[in-house]
Amino acid sequence: MSEEEHKVEYTTVSIPKILADKIKERMKGTGFSSVSSYVTYVLRQVLSSIEEEERSKQAFTKEEEEKVKQRLRDLGYID
Amino acid sequence: MIEPHGGKLINKLLSKAEKKKILGELNNFERIAVKSETIKVIKNISHGVFSPLEGFMNENDYNYVLDTMYLENNIAWPFPITLDISSEEIKNIKTDDQIILENNNHEPIALMNVETIYSYDKKKYAKRTYETLDHNHPGVYNVLNYKEKLIGGEIYLLNELKSNFPNFDLKPIETRVLFKEKGWDKIVAFQTRNPPHLGHEYVQKAGLTYVDGIFINPVIGKKKVGDFLDEVIIEAYKALIQEYYPRNRVVLSTFETEMRYAGPKEAIFHAIARKNFGCDYIIIGRDHAGIGNYYGPYDAHDIFDKFPDLGIEPLKFRSFSKCSKCNAIVNDKICPHPNEKQNYFAGREIRATLKAGIAPDKEVMRPEVAEVILRYENPFVV
Repeated sequence: MSEEEHKVEYTTVSIPKILADKIKERMKGTGFSSVSSYVTYVLRQVLSSIEEEERSKQAFTKEEEEKVKQRLRDLGYID
Repeated sequence: MIEPHGGKLINKLLSKAEKKKILGELNNFERIAVKSETIKVIKNISHGVFSPLEGFMNENDYNYVLDTMYLENNIAWPFPITLDISSEEIKNIKTDDQIILENNNHEPIALMNVETIYSYDKKKYAKRTYETLDHNHPGVYNVLNYKEKLIGGEIYLLNELKSNFPNFDLKPIETRVLFKEKGWDKIVAFQTRNPPHLGHEYVQKAGLTYVDGIFINPVIGKKKVGDFLDEVIIEAYKALIQEYYPRNRVVLSTFETEMRYAGPKEAIFHAIARKNFGCDYIIIGRDHAGIGNYYGPYDAHDIFDKFPDLGIEPLKFRSFSKCSKCNAIVNDKICPHPNEKQNYFAGREIRATLKAGIAPDKEVMRPEVAEVILRYENPFVV
């Protein structure tokens, strides 16, 4: 894989200055080098926990879903 | 899609191996025969229609529900779901036992972990659920005739209850997959215990206008004398849908449960069950699940204001009629014309007409629907 393919693209997200200042305070001693890297970390954590919550709420597996679809086809509810 | 009530769709089905093991050891368990309506409750709990319930209510939930209309864990639930038991039956049962619930033919239906056995006040149960103690109310009559004690605890389904309408017997997991397959994002539920007249069609289509699909979900089960037979309701809806509904916008499926006639509280119960089926909205009409004059005509609308956390939203419809001046089906919010211009869809009159073997006026009931009903010598519960 070439170096080019590893390149991560970035975009700018605006947050209130007052919040950025709070984050700077919070970052002290954490090892994060910038507000951006800290915010990226926090957002990843938040998204991951939401996705985990959604997965745990999924009442059925793919296999179960296929079985259900077959019964729905047999009953004429889906084609 | 809307999440099930309490956040998780309950599934109380056992694996083949677990089931085989228990069925092979039946003689080791105390066995209790339960009524056919209780078997429907077991089926509904097992398949998640009554999520978050995992069994018959324990004493704490029973008391919380009667006092607050919430379960002990702070999830809305309008009335107790209980199993009554006689002093004779309870002789050989104690807390922490596992027992078998069976039908009248001694066929095992479910395994139950007995968590609590408790005394209860029948009058408090009836009054808090039905808001009356009048013995003429069928729900009150039932509760006052319950056996001496209640037992609570988790259940596990051992044998599937055979439906009288297997082609229309969808479980919540199936409706949820079905709605997803159809690409429906927002779904409205319609609860019914009658064949459709044009007023029903009007509210269903009014609701459907704002969402992706409608889930028509007739109640199948014990009803009062004079109500329509279950098969009549199903056949009538099949005829209506065939002729007058876009096929990709409607699902017809049964909800096997007894009518309790608990009015506003039953409206909440109906809403919770439909939320578990995957519906975002439920149509609530005038005197929903009412009987006689026990409840105000719009009590079932008002009660939803007490449950802002219910998840599913009521679409509140008032009484509707055919206005001769508007030449349209209307309700009192949208039509300025007086009573003498209104032809109300009176269930009692429609039933009397059908009972006389006559099809109601086509402005009241679709001819195809009337024709289906009139095929039956007696389309009513006797």
